Amino acid sequence: MSRVIEERNRRLLRARDAMDRCYAEPLDVAALARIACVSGAHFIRTFRATFGETPHRYLQRRRVERSMFLLRESDRSVTDICLDVGFTSLGTFSRTFREIVGQSPLAYRRSNAPVSGAVPACFTMAWARPSSFGEAGRRTGLVRSSR
Amino acid sequence: MKNFNAITTAHIWVLDHQQALDFYVGKLGLEVKSDFSRGGFRWLTVGVAGEPVPEIVLDVPGPPVMDEKTAEQIRELVTKGATGVVMVLRTDDCFATYERLRAKGVEFTQEATDHGYGIDCGLRDPFGNQIRILQPKAWQG
Repeated sequence: MSRVIEERNRRLLRARDAMDRCYAEPLDVAALARIACVSGAHFIRTFRATFGETPHRYLQRRRVERSMFLLRESDRSVTDICLDVGFTSLGTFSRTFREIVGQSPLAYRRSNAPVSGAVPACFTMAWARPSSFGEAGRRTGLVRSSR
Repeated sequence: MKNFNAITTAHIWVLDHQQALDFYVGKLGLEVKSDFSRGGFRWLTVGVAGEPVPEIVLDVPGPPVMDEKTAEQIRELVTKGATGVVMVLRTDDCFATYERLRAKGVEFTQEATDHGYGIDCGLRDPFGNQIRILQPKAWQG
């Protein structure tokens, strides 16, 4: 049984990596399930059991993290950033951003200075990703003071 | 006087020694630094050819070091990618290394990208461990 779980984990991880890599593309459940070698419904269920959230939510957090990066580090407009990170409607982007981060994209841009250069990008990407495990809304900045 | 003068050895979990050798030596091109077996255990380390340190211990979880239940938990964490970045390998030419390893079928999570402080890319070993390859800015020409 253990072996079965390990192999499934590894395939699910491959699908999760694909979301991290191709977040800006129109990813659908069918394509991701193919990477994980499971059916669509089974993919959503096992992904959630393995990683603690649905693939949709994981992808949303990835896209929002990338948008936070662009809001902090670039001058691009909110609409451009919305499209850059894979959202197709500004309304959905703004609502999702606010829901996950706890403030609007523009408010986030105003209250967060760039951090590039200080920390390796892969580490920033991993740690600056907004959490969906209850903390969203409470911790919106990057600085994790005295922990 | 400082307490240490180098990091000589570090450790990562792999799920199978032979598969680990095929990947770390056969694909990445590291060399075996030490391979000693007796009874149930195997001391297997790899490192960069020509560099004395550090050596990375490729270790398979299981009894008698830990009970089977614990080993199972470790294997699950490794395969779901929860071990974090286990090592960063330095290169003189990240783009070339990326292309060479990709041609060998290495599973990349991120293509070679210029981040300002250097060029880097990300990959996974066959088990789920994450590895980065970095060409720091100071190393360029």
